[in-house]
Amino acid sequence: MLSLSDFLIVAALLFGIGMAGIVINRKNIITLLMSIELMLLAVNTNFVAFSYYLNNITGQIFVFFILTVAAAEAAIGLAIMVVLFRRRGTIEVQQLDTLKG
Amino acid sequence: MTFIQLLFYAFAAIGVFSGLMVVASKNPVRGALFLVLTFFCMAALWMLLRAEFLALVLVLVYVGAVMTLFLFVVMMLSVNRLNLKEGFVRFLPLAAFVVLLMVGLMIMVVGPDRFGLLQVAAPANLPADFSNIASLGDVLYTQYAYPFEVAAVILLTAIVAAISLTYHKKKGTKRQIVAQQIAVDPKDRLRIVNIPSEPKIKPTRGQ
Repeated sequence: MLSLSDFLIVAALLFGIGMAGIVINRKNIITLLMSIELMLLAVNTNFVAFSYYLNNITGQIFVFFILTVAAAEAAIGLAIMVVLFRRRGTIEVQQLDTLKG
Repeated sequence: MTFIQLLFYAFAAIGVFSGLMVVASKNPVRGALFLVLTFFCMAALWMLLRAEFLALVLVLVYVGAVMTLFLFVVMMLSVNRLNLKEGFVRFLPLAAFVVLLMVGLMIMVVGPDRFGLLQVAAPANLPADFSNIASLGDVLYTQYAYPFEVAAVILLTAIVAAISLTYHKKKGTKRQIVAQQIAVDPKDRLRIVNIPSEPKIKPTRGQ
């Protein structure tokens, strides 16, 4: 039988990979966004696992809302990226330091 | 090892591997495709957790819409010529250390001593006519109706924001200017001329 910790460990691994992507990546803003998606996926997996093992549907409702907000975030993030690329001609994270004093 | 366990380990292994490839792949297009694979594997794991609706939503909405958007943008920006992995090796030791520490801690917390089968027993098998969608909808449309509406508004906001950000006004295109259309006065467009009707002409005979 599969236990709750199996699912939680897989989610923790995925979350760690997503976080590594954010820490390592100093160049590509697309990979940054994809790492955020990975982390959200890991969190959602935790919610679904707890929802199943605690026999409570509220966890799945929460995942539903997280998916909604994540889709909105991805759309706006990509739109901002397109505008940025149009203005600056680059999407390297290191060069986006205009706001730095 | 039961069949369910085999499925779990297979999908978990593929999912974690492709998650690694998302972060490590040089080409963002390839990274996006590996992210699709990760989503598929995680959807399979959600199926094992009896969250069928959410698993299908993950595949349809995430793979079908969000990742397509990602791929569109990645290909549109044509970032292949950039040297995107320059900082990769430089930050690798630090990142590996931080991430290994964090994942180690998380696995210690969620490991089998606290969330094993003895602590959290697997729930009993659901009846054959149990519907995940129906039970989800029962809660979603009653108890969480207001957050549901808020989620719809958030999506609308995202649509408006994305379109208004990326909409590119080209010069020389003929567009509808709504403000001018509404502000128009009938007097500027329409002139009513009072023409006196002509006097009646008698039909003349013999011509």
